[in-house]
Amino acid sequence: MAKTKQSRYLVVYIGIFLVFLYAPALLLPIFSFNDSTIVAFPLSGFTLAWFIEVFKTEPLLTAALNSLLVAVITSVFATIFGIFAARASTRYQFPGKRGIMGLIMVPMVLPEIIIGVSLLVVILQLGFNLSLTTIILGHILLCLPFCTAILSAGFQGLDKSFEEASQDLGRSRLETFWYITLPLVMPAIISSLLISFTISLDEFIIAFFLSGTEATLPVYIWGQLRFPTRIPIILALGTVLLLVSLTLLIIAEYFRRIGARKTGTEVKGGLF
Amino acid sequence: MNFSFIQKIRGQSGLILVSPPFFYALLLLAFPLMGVFALSFWTQDYLELNRDFTLDNYREAWTGAIYQALMLRSLKISILVTLLTVVLAFPVAYYISFHVSPKKKPLWIFLITIPFWTSYLIRIFLWKVILGFNGVINGSLIGIGFIDEPLKFLLFNQGAIVVTLSHAWIPFAILPIYVALEKIDRSLLEASEDLGDGPVRRFMRVTLPLAMPGIIAATLIVFIPTIGDYVTPKLVGGPNGLLIANMIEVQFKKANNAPLGAALALSAMFIVSAIAMVFLWFNRKYLRQEQ
Repeated sequence: MAKTKQSRYLVVYIGIFLVFLYAPALLLPIFSFNDSTIVAFPLSGFTLAWFIEVFKTEPLLTAALNSLLVAVITSVFATIFGIFAARASTRYQFPGKRGIMGLIMVPMVLPEIIIGVSLLVVILQLGFNLSLTTIILGHILLCLPFCTAILSAGFQGLDKSFEEASQDLGRSRLETFWYITLPLVMPAIISSLLISFTISLDEFIIAFFLSGTEATLPVYIWGQLRFPTRIPIILALGTVLLLVSLTLLIIAEYFRRIGARKTGTEVKGGLF
Repeated sequence: MNFSFIQKIRGQSGLILVSPPFFYALLLLAFPLMGVFALSFWTQDYLELNRDFTLDNYREAWTGAIYQALMLRSLKISILVTLLTVVLAFPVAYYISFHVSPKKKPLWIFLITIPFWTSYLIRIFLWKVILGFNGVINGSLIGIGFIDEPLKFLLFNQGAIVVTLSHAWIPFAILPIYVALEKIDRSLLEASEDLGDGPVRRFMRVTLPLAMPGIIAATLIVFIPTIGDYVTPKLVGGPNGLLIANMIEVQFKKANNAPLGAALALSAMFIVSAIAMVFLWFNRKYLRQEQ
């Protein structure tokens, strides 16, 4: 496209937009290395103390372990349920398909506070205690639509003739699914696991409603934001989390591309 | 006949296959939502639940001055956030779709989503740092001698909520608009040019109408969940920046009045869905007229 006046304005706009977009993410590491409890410019000096503090704060580590546990269990269950939903919706026609798939996908647009509140009401009415388990139940619900969307794309890209060939050669349907289909959609499964893991790890609103005495990391962070002296530690923690998320996302993207190559589709689009 | 028999069997295996996630969503989403619905017609006295049917909660939610004020403020902010987000997102999606070479597109999409993968709470908190009294903007403006005293209007008001929420939702707006723009057949743009349309006319008559599905998706994806955010108003909204979601949270937690909280939550959902429906209806009408 020719370089017109309009496209120059557009480039300037994109520049300003990227500053707006990255402002918080760039400030995060800057302040987490800053040698002052006051989070403001001018910077007073370089320190690693906040990072050391992150790994020495007992409740923080406990919360991190809780979050890890919640995220791992959530991602496994959401992905298994997602495989069922994605396989059913891409390969089969069945009565009430639109309604059923609609219900599974609805948490994607439902405000999280509604999910949190409605689960809270039912759990308390049934007399259960709030715990990490209740958070996991909520997170699976929230992650399920994202997993289903990613896995549906994976199943759709699958060449049906591979499965037919396997069945023609005498494998049962279950064997075919296990030996042919699953390996072919494995990249989609891995990116589904990683995306739901990341969503669960960072989820606050549902976790806040459904947490009992054990806090997840975001619930812990929320409690700490009230204390100005704790802020630099939280920012250091944020930097660590950013690095972890980015690493996981790059791995997810890597597997997605391998998957696209395996199923013969063009590598198109980004992470979604 | 044989064919319909096969279809029946296939239909059954589809149902069997979909049943685990379906029952999960039924048990943990549909039933709890019905529970909330029932709860909104009951009353609660400290921890005792009174299951007599009453419309009092809705009466209070719809006529109480504070609830009306919070609901209107929440709607105003959600609409402003949606408008700002979509307006900011469109040129970015347009740039990636039309000006970035196909090989670099995935990288750009990745670039847009990176800041979104930091902790949600910390990201919102950092806006407090940016906009605050001793914050980044005030510090820089004083540093270059542009102002003498910090600007107080940056933080703890509704403007701060709008900026922070728009920032949080912008990747969700860029992605659907980008997907819609990618689907536009480029030969249509050439055809419009060949027929004598200038860039502006071509944009208004071809690009924008064809991008409409993406814009609509972006609008709904941002508008509906924004009403449920209570973290942003609490952190950057200040005393006059609390929203309906904060009130819902208070009713469920501290105030121990879950029925009123349920009525407020459902009322908010109802209003937001109604606005979304009207918006969709207008769009359909407008798009049909265009054709």
